[in-house]
Amino acid sequence: MKSTLAAVLCSGLCLAQNGERLFQGNCALCHGPRGDGGKGTNLAQPRLPRAPDDEALFRVIRQGIPGTEMPGTRHFSDDDIREVISFVRSLGQTTPPKVEGDAAHGAELYRGKGNCAACHTMGGRGGAMGPDLTEIGVRRSPGHIRTSIVDPEAWVPDNFLNYRWYSLIPDNFVQVRLVARGGQRLTGVRINEDPFSIQIRDAGDRVHSFWKTELAELHKDWGKSPMPSYRGVLTPGEIDDLVAYLVTLRGGS
Amino acid sequence: MKLVIFLLAALSLNAQVPYDRIRGADTEPGNWLTYSGNYSSHRFTRLNQITAANVRRLKPAWVYQIKAREKVQTTPLVVDGIMYLTEPPSDVTALDTRTGRPLWSYRRPMPKGVRGCCAQINRGAAILDDMVFLGTFDAHLVALDIKTGLVRWDVTVADYNVGHSITVAPLAVKDKIVVGIAGGEYGVRGFLDAYDAKTGKRAWRFWTVPAAGEPGVETWAGDSYKTGAATTWVTGAYDPEQNLVFWGTGNPGPDWNGEARKGDNLYSDSLLALDADTGQLKWYFQFTPHDVHDWDSTEVPVLAEGVVHGQKRKLVLFANRNAFYYVLDRQSGKFLVGKQFAKQTWAKGLDDSGRPIRIPNTSPTVEGTKVYPSVPGATNWFSPSYSPMANLLYVATRDEGGIYYMGEAEYRPGSQFNAGGFRPIPGEEPTGAIRALKPNSGELAWEFKLHTPPWAGVMSTAGGLVFGGTNEGDFFALDATSGKLLWRFQTGGPITSNPMSYLSGSKQHVAIASGSAVFTFALEEQ
Amino acid sequence: MLRPVIFGLACALALPAQLFFEETIPKTNPYTGAADVKRGQQLFLGQCGGCHGPQGEGGRGPSLQRPKLAKAPDDESLYKLIREGVPGTEMPGSWVLIAREVWQVAAFVRSLGRTAEETVSGDRARGADLYRTKGKCAQCHVIAGQGGGLGPELTEIGARRSARFLRAKLEQPEAQLPDGFVQVRVVAKDGRRLTGVRLNEDTFTVQMRDLNDRLHSFLKQDLKEFHKDWGRSPMPEYRTAFSATEMDDLVAYLASLRGGL
Repeated sequence: MKSTLAAVLCSGLCLAQNGERLFQGNCALCHGPRGDGGKGTNLAQPRLPRAPDDEALFRVIRQGIPGTEMPGTRHFSDDDIREVISFVRSLGQTTPPKVEGDAAHGAELYRGKGNCAACHTMGGRGGAMGPDLTEIGVRRSPGHIRTSIVDPEAWVPDNFLNYRWYSLIPDNFVQVRLVARGGQRLTGVRINEDPFSIQIRDAGDRVHSFWKTELAELHKDWGKSPMPSYRGVLTPGEIDDLVAYLVTLRGGS
Repeated sequence: MKLVIFLLAALSLNAQVPYDRIRGADTEPGNWLTYSGNYSSHRFTRLNQITAANVRRLKPAWVYQIKAREKVQTTPLVVDGIMYLTEPPSDVTALDTRTGRPLWSYRRPMPKGVRGCCAQINRGAAILDDMVFLGTFDAHLVALDIKTGLVRWDVTVADYNVGHSITVAPLAVKDKIVVGIAGGEYGVRGFLDAYDAKTGKRAWRFWTVPAAGEPGVETWAGDSYKTGAATTWVTGAYDPEQNLVFWGTGNPGPDWNGEARKGDNLYSDSLLALDADTGQLKWYFQFTPHDVHDWDSTEVPVLAEGVVHGQKRKLVLFANRNAFYYVLDRQSGKFLVGKQFAKQTWAKGLDDSGRPIRIPNTSPTVEGTKVYPSVPGATNWFSPSYSPMANLLYVATRDEGGIYYMGEAEYRPGSQFNAGGFRPIPGEEPTGAIRALKPNSGELAWEFKLHTPPWAGVMSTAGGLVFGGTNEGDFFALDATSGKLLWRFQTGGPITSNPMSYLSGSKQHVAIASGSAVFTFALEEQ
Repeated sequence: MLRPVIFGLACALALPAQLFFEETIPKTNPYTGAADVKRGQQLFLGQCGGCHGPQGEGGRGPSLQRPKLAKAPDDESLYKLIREGVPGTEMPGSWVLIAREVWQVAAFVRSLGRTAEETVSGDRARGADLYRTKGKCAQCHVIAGQGGGLGPELTEIGARRSARFLRAKLEQPEAQLPDGFVQVRVVAKDGRRLTGVRLNEDTFTVQMRDLNDRLHSFLKQDLKEFHKDWGRSPMPEYRTAFSATEMDDLVAYLASLRGGL
């Protein structure tokens, strides 16, 4: 009742201010205090791929995004969510931060020295070990992207307990090491798992499926990533260029 | 450790299913590389572990349930242990065949304006090299990376707002993807397209209804060709030696009122033979000229060889919706044999050129005219099967009539343009049958009766079996030479799809989509 | 009860809501001229008369000769009902007709409402008594959840069928049997002989309810004989059992059974 009255008396600006308070308390932890991203997507942009209109954004805030770390908000009232929407949309009206670096040179580094396509897909091409980068410029802030390049294990999920009921591909990344009873040793990325079987993808992009009864050992390396750090491999200037390039990857938007 | 992985990662698999592999599909029966099993549309598996003697031990291996509530009509493809199936309305999922667990999925949201006569379904994908190709209900053709299901390219084939949609499984031919269009109840103008597999650029388009000034347009009175329909919504066949694509076309529009479109209405209700490189028409055969019963000739054309009229020939075998079975010469398109294979009351027979001799007063009227077969016809989109072992063509047949109504023809883009309709005949409970026809003559070898007219196709096997499905959920196996029932399983949902078979590990499996699920079966361990 | 024929139709043309991309339905019928009513009658005869009677007097379908139709109180709802049918009943949708034709049929149907409604003489209370006692109807029929399941449910029968139809049914039970209804007689391989009504059937099995209201399920391979007595019914005729007054009373009672409608 109170928030409804407030909504009635509030102007748009007022709504956004209330929304900011709620955002700082509930969302900033992942999305950053200015919403420009961290563990969560960069929201400081005019178009949010998963929330093309306010109805969709309401659903995302209310229900979360299944299979990802974005949880729902059962404790928010409908008015609360509307206030947060107001604030989030206001973030999209700010100008995106300028990114230092030469994006064209970054594209060369991606293909050449970085050899990123060995493990990452873009536009449907590339290796499938790591996440798809087709829209990475929309999904993550420049700062987050930079951290991922120099410290890949910083953003790898520690576990999925807070938000996942069952494996939903492909957002849930975890490195897996196993030893089959026949002696075969494999390291790879988990594609799917259930109480009786597990499917992984190795570095050669091959899919392997095992019944757990066929395995002697199965290790899930939470917090680990097969991605090497590029600190020392690329110069700071080259990292800037690579980041500038990745920021331009916005998919079809 | 990381360095080792790093280096290994540089070698990744590339081409998985090149064209030559599809061409040689018969030599690797453990996989199912194209919609009908091979380019000749036999839907015959050379796997023979499951036989007439042991099929009673066939048990479910695993079940996959789709996300939507719509019925599944897909034929899954299997390549090297991974199953690729499409889900309604236009999604693709890759499953591990050992465990049935999903590996990736492509989910396409449908725009609000999509429309179709029937259901928002999808009948299957095509695979070529390292890509999976999908025709979508909003009339796009999409290429996905086979490893991840991520989009390589996405092109618009037609405008869904005027009633176009794609439900057909595309056909990968050489370096192109051939795809047909649906929308024959919406007064669209039909066509068959081929797209470059690597880039998505359109290589050719053959309009199934000629435009003004083109040969054949004189078979359409006035401007009626503009809403001629003749769509191409079932997967055709391909002959690599002749380099010809064989594809069936649908009904002329409007369906049940032919007054405004007097003439034979080419190339509706026809079989087309098109050059695979250019889309040029080499020959055509029209089954039902000036059709007023909606008897689409979008059935699967089967390529075979045999001795007909004293000569060994390449043949096309075609069981048509209009209740006649046809054998055509594959080189010239000449009519060789025609024989009724289900009850029909509209034609005295076929003349020497294969043209039907119509019985008067069998066209739709305002009051209603009773005719056999019904609008869904004596057979429909679901697949027949040809067994080179038994030398029989198996057809899932519908013994059903209907009351046909003629209505007014009023074209509005995006709305149905049928001019009438049909109803079931009151007081009758129509039935169906699996009929085994001798391919060179159309003579009936045996039939297995079904309680209701089927909506599912059949697959025959080197183990001497014919698999089929019923509306009431029964998936069953018959002896291929006698038609005797050998095995069945109640799946709990209507079966409106076609069976296929593959190896998982070294074990033969059979799969069928039923209700909102896909079932796989294998022999129980002894 | 499964209706395989309609099922087959539905399979062929399962109709999503997007089927009819017409402009919004007008609130009132724009086609009510004399020519429209006449055309509506022609269409009605061909496509509706089979169930509703050539003059809409009822038969397998309810009588439409009423000023007020419970399921279609206004023009818009009548349009929708003709277009979409009534789910859960034998009334199908009529996608065959274009929008103008639906309105013309609606105009004709409304004109029927202006004809005299049928009058039903007879004492309902005495009829209810006859239903329970002399008629023994509850042995095979259900009203409001009570009774036997062999025959069709009668809870709303007064709304679904005209009084004329009900009278004719009592006199000649085997005329105008419901869609999909069939009496079956089986002789099992184990010697059992049963007569009853079919509940469900497929290529390999059949399920039935016998005359004692018991359910049976058979694999067809376990039956020596399996007869479908189309056009037959286990219901006895009541013309000789009841006097003319008793018949009037029973009909009046049945015609009053409208459930919630």
